[in-house]
Amino acid sequence: MFISNILKIFRTYGTSLLLGVRTTLLVAITGTLAGLVIGLIVGGIRAIRLDFTASNASRITKKIVDGILNVYIGIFRGTPMMVQALFIYYLLLDLIHWTYLQAAIVVISINTGAYMAEIIRSGIQSVDEGQREAARALGMSNSQTMMEVILPQAIKNAFPAVGNEFIVNIKDSSVLMIISITELMFQAKSIAGSTFLFTETYFIEAVIYFILTTIASIVLNAIERHMDNGNVSLPMSDTNPASMNLAYHQTGKAGK
Amino acid sequence: MALVEIRNIHKNFGTLEVLKGIDFSVDEGEVVCLIGRSGSGKSTMLRCINLLEIPDSGEIRVFGENILENRDVNSYRAKVGMCFQQFNLFTNMNVLENCVRPQIKVLKRTRKEAEKKALQLLAKVGMLDFSRASVNTLSGGQKQRVAIARALCMDPKLMLFDEPTSALDPEMVQEVLNVMRELAAEGLTMIIVTHEMRFAREVSDRIVFVDDGIIVEDDKPEVIFTRPKSPRTAEFLRAFM
Ligand SMILES: Nc1ncnc2c1ncn2[C@@H]1O[C@H](COP(=O)(O)OP(=O)(O)O)[C@@H](O)[C@H]1O
Ligand SMILES: [Mg+2]
Repeated sequence: MFISNILKIFRTYGTSLLLGVRTTLLVAITGTLAGLVIGLIVGGIRAIRLDFTASNASRITKKIVDGILNVYIGIFRGTPMMVQALFIYYLLLDLIHWTYLQAAIVVISINTGAYMAEIIRSGIQSVDEGQREAARALGMSNSQTMMEVILPQAIKNAFPAVGNEFIVNIKDSSVLMIISITELMFQAKSIAGSTFLFTETYFIEAVIYFILTTIASIVLNAIERHMDNGNVSLPMSDTNPASMNLAYHQTGKAGK
Repeated sequence: MALVEIRNIHKNFGTLEVLKGIDFSVDEGEVVCLIGRSGSGKSTMLRCINLLEIPDSGEIRVFGENILENRDVNSYRAKVGMCFQQFNLFTNMNVLENCVRPQIKVLKRTRKEAEKKALQLLAKVGMLDFSRASVNTLSGGQKQRVAIARALCMDPKLMLFDEPTSALDPEMVQEVLNVMRELAAEGLTMIIVTHEMRFAREVSDRIVFVDDGIIVEDDKPEVIFTRPKSPRTAEFLRAFM
């Protein structure tokens, strides 16, 4: 009975489930990537330590900006995303007349950004202080040091936690059904509502979520292993073929 | 002419007075070694010269300018090379890139110029064959030689070394000291904090003994090592010989 009901749901509602998966992935992937960008900017700004060369004006600006960012992180980590979605959707509805989907992507991005900022911050803290000093001693500015030396390593160190945010977003995007985006949770709820096959429908939904998160972890683990082998440190550093050829060429000559 | 001139600098970390009125100068082309017990303030003194620490009072003139009033710290620092005990190579870049990227970012050199310079200096320190290597695969001595090459790529007029061989296994000390001997012979101005007394004696024009935040003695190596004027210097050196 259970099995045949499940097959029936698949036959009738297969496309709407697929649509749900598509929307869930769209929201989770864009939300994670946009959140990462927000997190890098926010985490990077918060990690800047002004030294004695900074003017008083920039010191005050930094204090104010830090204060604002702390409030942002505090609020978005301290309230449910479901509430954030409702509030922000209606807050801006009259102003920008946006769609549910646009609102959902914005909300999940800002929400993820708050978590990513903390993840990037601890990634930055894990970079050895000596490298920051060496960069400054070579004459690199605060922001050059951040962009060239600290952030590439912070991202690498933070990668497992960043990947975890993606998995969380696959699951937690389900709360965004509250603003009627047609993601997996929303689709399952409407299927259950019209078929009355509640157990079967939610069972299918759970299995789909589980498959999505499992595939995501396999992919993330593969990328992480690849990084540990040192391969991913290459694109972060420079290995453009021209430079490498030059180096190789000169090395070869020196060897002879 | 004095390239570095320090007048009466004081530095406190909280309630700890680390530099208690340092007067010190280095002429162009001179090699000066700073010796003294751990915790005596040698690193702090060195770090004040490239503004990694800011003294609480006193004056530091380098290349004829008062660097404590200089607002363009980054271009000043580019002219002062520094090597650290822990090498501090950028682990997200390979050997070549460690030497290339600062030149591009700070000196605005083109990649081509920067690579040419980097390969020259890697060759000079005997690390050309490793230009494509990841820094994690290098030995300590190799890392320090790359760090020296990286600093030299900026064409510094003054080099600061803070215990460049203290973190090395004994068999790797000489390969680094040899590079430094070569630089000294070429007339580069260098200030070196070291515990390698034989090296200090042979390479320096002057040796400065720092103890408890003051300069106790500042003289030619023969004088310091054979007939130190201060009993504190003599006592410190006895522990080493
Ligand atoms: N950033 C710092 N904060 C607090 N104390 C410091 C700091 N840097 C150095 N010190 C203290 O200052 C003293 C001198 O340190 P340092 O200059 O590193 O000595 P040395 O290089 O001669 O061993 C030590 O007691 C050390 O603990
Ligand atoms: Mg020291």
